[in-house]
Amino acid sequence: MTTAMTTVSAAASATASRRRRTRSVVFHVLVLAIAAVILYPGVWMVLSSFKPSADIVGNVNLWPETWTLDNYTAAFGGIGGVSFWTFVLNSLILAVGSVVGIVLSATVSAYAFARISFPGRGVYFAVMIGTMLLPFHVVIIPQYILFNSMGMVNTFVPLLAPKFLATEAFFVFLMVQFLRGLPRELDEAARIDGCGHWGIFRLVLLPLMRPAVITSAIFAFIWSWNDFLGPLLYLKRPDTYPLPIALRLYVDQTSVSDYGAQMAMAVLALVPVLLFFVVFQRYLVDGVATQGLKG
Amino acid sequence: MSVTTTERGRSAGRGGVRGAATSSPARGGAAKPPRSRADTRAGYAFLSPWLLGFVLLTAGPMLMSLYLAFTDYNLFRDPQFIGIDNFTALFADPRFLKSAQVTAVYVLVGVPVKLAAALAVAVLLNAKHRGQGAYRSMFYAPSLIGASVSVAIVWRAMFIDDGIADQVQQFFGLPAGGWVGNPGMTMPMMILLAVWQFGAPMVIFLAGLKQIPAELLEAAAVDGAGPVRRFVAVTLPMLSPVLFFNLLLETIGAFQVFSSAFIISGGTGGPADSTLFYTFYLYLKGFTEFRMGYASAMAWVLVLVVGIITAILFRTSRAWVHYTGDVR
Repeated sequence: MTTAMTTVSAAASATASRRRRTRSVVFHVLVLAIAAVILYPGVWMVLSSFKPSADIVGNVNLWPETWTLDNYTAAFGGIGGVSFWTFVLNSLILAVGSVVGIVLSATVSAYAFARISFPGRGVYFAVMIGTMLLPFHVVIIPQYILFNSMGMVNTFVPLLAPKFLATEAFFVFLMVQFLRGLPRELDEAARIDGCGHWGIFRLVLLPLMRPAVITSAIFAFIWSWNDFLGPLLYLKRPDTYPLPIALRLYVDQTSVSDYGAQMAMAVLALVPVLLFFVVFQRYLVDGVATQGLKG
Repeated sequence: MSVTTTERGRSAGRGGVRGAATSSPARGGAAKPPRSRADTRAGYAFLSPWLLGFVLLTAGPMLMSLYLAFTDYNLFRDPQFIGIDNFTALFADPRFLKSAQVTAVYVLVGVPVKLAAALAVAVLLNAKHRGQGAYRSMFYAPSLIGASVSVAIVWRAMFIDDGIADQVQQFFGLPAGGWVGNPGMTMPMMILLAVWQFGAPMVIFLAGLKQIPAELLEAAAVDGAGPVRRFVAVTLPMLSPVLFFNLLLETIGAFQVFSSAFIISGGTGGPADSTLFYTFYLYLKGFTEFRMGYASAMAWVLVLVVGIITAILFRTSRAWVHYTGDVR
């Protein structure tokens, strides 16, 4: 009797574990299929950058038949007399400037929203959230007229000033959410120790905001690095171009068949983004996840 | 010293009603006038970067843009007031109507398809299996680079004559030809590019799925609900706030697509204006023809349309978005 029951339950658990294994196999097959589709364009781009130009379009082979570094030599050769490294430097200045501007302005503004009670705060907060839903194209024309009248076209000021003034509500919101999660007892303890708002912010909360600051910094860097419309509007001289605009110039200038160098430049333009992604993926993905949950 | 005393008194007094004080900041401050004034000063000081940015770079420009929408302005001569001429001209401009149509199709088809893909993959990944975190990151990656010029260049090379898409078509005996040069195929190509970036909404869906209490699904299973029924009757309603958030964000984002279409079409919006997205046409009018009044009118039409759609989404959300205790 007992043996019979054991056999039955053993058989049941065997079926269950077999079912679990089948499920697991189905899961991995499906997920790998999706992964293949997702990764294909990227893998194709990287491998194509090592192919001779003629082999890139019109050849279904993913793997290069002949490997070449000519595309990279061409890409590093620069465009129209401007060195490739000038574009990299411009991109870096813009990206680092954006990170500094956004971290400074968003942390301070978020502190006001999350930790200081003053009349009108609720209204400002609603307005700030509202700007997240606003199509920003409504401000590009007047902003252009403004910066143009101040003679700032072909400088980085029009691209960096908004970052120092916290116009990207996403970052302020992300930090407000983070601050709201920190216990208020910290503020009160610091206040008892004689700290004013600046002291509480600078000495107590800012160090604790590290994860939110890191997430914001990475997003700020990547978005600035990939930004196309801003530089397209304000930077007209090739020696002020960041990489995306240089890439566009390159695509327009080179003959249609020179895909190799285009691919090489496209890869080079994405290298910092991919590095950030590999190192900080956790921060990025979790940052996106919390943003959605508390919206 | 006296500040510290007031401070301690305030924190003691407010301890119990902290939640209420947070939701209505004005009242909390009013009870203690001296502290409130210092707080107000500090509040404005800390908020000054955002306030300055809002006034100088958002609100001010918006008002200016509203004024320009009723003028003829080309950056070199003073604006001439022309009443609603820009708006009447807009609706008689076939390229404007085309750009509105292209954008509408992109939003109406692209957003639902992208969200469906995001939700399906999120549900798949939510099952406990090894490597879930790695897949989540991998699938998110395209969202990070999707709007870049690099990806637009790759997309163009994949869908141009003789590109991969064309080769696959020919292999299956379908009519040859790339998608880039075919006005009928550019929209599917652009939508594919959008769907490829399903990772960001997927990550948000996954976070929402994690919040659904397992007991709810178990209870439904005990009551005899199959997987489909459980998904429709439990998962979807529980997920509706997140779905609403994604729908709102993706819709607003889709209205603003620009750089990929710009690169893929070589700055023209072609072929046959089939990639002439709304913001693309706005850019061409404002910054290549320098018709800034006309472009401002376009910008305000966009603000109104997006505003109306947002309002409709919020209004209808009452019927299908369920807010329960924890999920929010």
